Amino acid sequence: MTLLPELYMLLFAVSFLFLSLGRKKAAVIAAAKALVLLGFALTLACSGARGELFSGAYRVDFFSQVFKVLLSAGFTLVVFMFEKEDEVENIPEYFMFLGFSTLGLMILVSSVELISIVVSLEISSFSLYAVVPLRRAQTRTQLEAAMKYLFFGAVATGIMLYGMGYLYGMAQSTYLADVAAKLPQFLAQPLGVLALVFTLTAFFFKLSLFPMHFWAPDIYEGASDATTTFIATIPKLAAAALLIRLAMLASSNPGQLAAIIVVLAALSMTLGNLVGLVQKDVKRLLAYSGIAHAGYLMMGLLALDGEGNAAVVYYIAVYLFMNLACFYVVMLLSRGGENLTINGLSGLSRRSPLLALTLAVAAFSLAGIPPTGGFTGKFFLFVSAFEAGYLAIVIIAAVNTVISIFYYLNLVRVSYSREAADPGPLRLAFHEKVLCYLFNAVILFMGLMPYGLLDLFRRAV
Amino acid sequence: MPPYLTMNPLGFPILSAVIFLPLAGALLILLLRDENRIRITALATGILTLVVSLVLFFSFDPGTPLFQFGERLSWIPAYNIEYVLGVDGISIMLIVLTALIAPLCVLCSWKAIAARVKEFMICILLMETAMIGVFCSLDFILFYIFWEAMLIPMYLLIAVWGGPQKDYASLKFFIYTLFGSVFLLVAIIALYLANGTFSIPAAMFRGYGFHFQFWVFLAFSIAFAIKVPMFPFHTWLPAAHTEAPTAGSVFLASILLKMGTYGFMRFCLPIVPQASFYFAPFMVVLSIIAIIYGGFVCLAQTDMKKLIAYSSVAHMGFVTLGIFTFTLYGFTGAMLQMLNHGVTTGALFLMVGIIYERTHSRQIFDNAGLGKFLPAYVGFFGLFAVSSFAFPGTNSFVGELYVLISAFAKSKPAGFFAVIGAVVAAAYMLRLLKQIVWGREDRRDFKDLDIREFIYLAPLAVFVLWVGLFPRPFIRIMENTLVHLHAQLDKIAH
Repeated sequence: MTLLPELYMLLFAVSFLFLSLGRKKAAVIAAAKALVLLGFALTLACSGARGELFSGAYRVDFFSQVFKVLLSAGFTLVVFMFEKEDEVENIPEYFMFLGFSTLGLMILVSSVELISIVVSLEISSFSLYAVVPLRRAQTRTQLEAAMKYLFFGAVATGIMLYGMGYLYGMAQSTYLADVAAKLPQFLAQPLGVLALVFTLTAFFFKLSLFPMHFWAPDIYEGASDATTTFIATIPKLAAAALLIRLAMLASSNPGQLAAIIVVLAALSMTLGNLVGLVQKDVKRLLAYSGIAHAGYLMMGLLALDGEGNAAVVYYIAVYLFMNLACFYVVMLLSRGGENLTINGLSGLSRRSPLLALTLAVAAFSLAGIPPTGGFTGKFFLFVSAFEAGYLAIVIIAAVNTVISIFYYLNLVRVSYSREAADPGPLRLAFHEKVLCYLFNAVILFMGLMPYGLLDLFRRAV
Repeated sequence: MPPYLTMNPLGFPILSAVIFLPLAGALLILLLRDENRIRITALATGILTLVVSLVLFFSFDPGTPLFQFGERLSWIPAYNIEYVLGVDGISIMLIVLTALIAPLCVLCSWKAIAARVKEFMICILLMETAMIGVFCSLDFILFYIFWEAMLIPMYLLIAVWGGPQKDYASLKFFIYTLFGSVFLLVAIIALYLANGTFSIPAAMFRGYGFHFQFWVFLAFSIAFAIKVPMFPFHTWLPAAHTEAPTAGSVFLASILLKMGTYGFMRFCLPIVPQASFYFAPFMVVLSIIAIIYGGFVCLAQTDMKKLIAYSSVAHMGFVTLGIFTFTLYGFTGAMLQMLNHGVTTGALFLMVGIIYERTHSRQIFDNAGLGKFLPAYVGFFGLFAVSSFAFPGTNSFVGELYVLISAFAKSKPAGFFAVIGAVVAAAYMLRLLKQIVWGREDRRDFKDLDIREFIYLAPLAVFVLWVGLFPRPFIRIMENTLVHLHAQLDKIAH
């Protein structure tokens, strides 16, 4: 029971290795949808599992299971959103890599030991390095993106290993529990703080937080829509989980770590939002929005207590859905597989009212306007950061919300008040409509009825 | 029930009903296809909401300053956030005003909105839900959600159905108001950390330190001053008013601007009284600048909608002037002026909409000289125009008189300059009226008011004369609440 979700995900990935021998594309996609749904059901069923494995290096607890459910839900939605058979080559291998990546992330959220963290993180990252260049429309951009992602990723991992070396040096152990016991005496010195910040760097990278954000815009632009959707959402979930786990190591003496996080958060949200203002490509815009959101997310970490962590989990969960909703609109609008520009949205509300509504709900949620989930999540972050005494970052985030509304509103404005160049109506298939309604419902639900989920996350952290 | 809230004497949760009836209507419209049915459903929803709000109005007990018709449910227990509703003398009138204006907005858009009728009516009804919700909420988060949610349909009303510069106007409106609101949110969180609850009445008269009050007042007043709008935060208003469709302008003028002054009365005065006293001279000066500046800008306008928009800046100056004199007369006058401005300016925007449907121009010159062949139109226009500059016998006279009395009582120069503003108001409104009635000689063929237009102007005209001649019933409703508020403030001042 305890390892069932991970084992199933392994099976899922391996089975697509064999399916790659076959030829039928449509069957592969149908199989992927069926299998991934089963996987989600299994993960949900195993959410009550508890246990420690591999002499304490691998802990299955409520925290890890909540994240596994989120990861599995996100992966399921990504697979269901995957429509364009001709967008990527080698579909079975594509699913295999995505499966392995999700597997790595699932292991990651359960790892409580440095070596397991590194190994699982690399399982996830290497699959993604392979996936980025898989785009049918052969241009140079996806190759450039792939190289950038590989190099930046390798550097981030290197810095993390460097930090972990120091952690090991201080604690004489690779177990996080031992590190947590020894670290407090070093936290007053630069050594302890640097070791922790370096270790966090790999997860800053995954989350595209300043100053590890450079890859995001190019990779979002270069990779295919489906790949971007995956990279923009699923690894960020696991990164948030590990950030919570690692930052808690400093909960006894947060002073300097908190100061660093405040600065990174402020720079990240301001940079993301200011550069986001001038973007023309929707995916690039979402990349900068992701950089800004990484900054917001950091506010919850500042408190270094259960309430703040629950706020982080809540926000990253909302972020998953609102981002998926945005990317779904992008995918459905660029059926040819080319990148969507903001002008490409014009007349959307006439061509397909439902898609325009989905985009509007997601954009207002990303901007943090009630009654959407984005507001509620951001509100929890604000309260926890304010409660911990960091008023400055709350005000910076509030001002950033106003800056960001300009480009989010731009998406809504173009799709509602510009006339279409191509006035033909956009027909959505039944399951596409269902997904759109699902996204809208979830975002509004998380905005208005946060209590059940929030209590769940509070128990988890 | 907490001590500030009295039980609901009616057998059903009437406040929730008033708030969510329009939402239910909007959901129903979502299922309809035929445009006429959509219009009729929207109108029926609006009228039903109005009826329920009148039931609320007539069962309201004016004898107590407490919040009435209380409803209370736990919502987000982790943060002590509750779903608490209640109305007192300050909010009840504004709720009825909102419920009255909404069906008129549906009626005035009957023919003017030909494209995307469904979305338009949904926006109108969502606006109504959010606006009534703002006036009923007694929990900060509930309030804030309604307050912000209002922006989305209003934005869409301007951005989709607006005039030629709708892009600029709608964006400016949204960003300006959001800028104010985020500081409101920060202040709300600060109050939560001080009180441990998001309850609004529980935050009142708690005697916070002056430093704390100072900053909370500033955060509040940025949000509210932008919404009112007070000088110098008013620049979004003319753009938004001019570009919005008629229904949007009416909503903006009649209800949205009241949110700001409602915020001052509901939040600033009772929650941070000392800071309110401290800042009162600044607010009074800004109000007087708004009154005089707004008036002079009106004199220079050639666009009817712009003229009325700037006159709103001046009229709302009287409201904030009344609030920040801290006298009972001032509060009563401010409340009355809120209602009067809602009715009169809303009606003037409706008049502009009516003539625009005929001449397709908002320029004063294009619409001049209608006196001979549109007698009914000009009759209504004249009534609302004289009401706008507070002619005795009309509603605004009563409100302005109250405000002026309190301004003179508090400070002679303030009263003096406010009177100058009132004279300028007469100048620009009479100039407009003269042009519209006698401005041109040539004969043009337009139809006079039809039944539909007559129906939605008549209740506003009745209100204008009723309040003008016999304001007592309206004052009686809010009297106790205002007396209570004034007494509490007096205790702190001495």
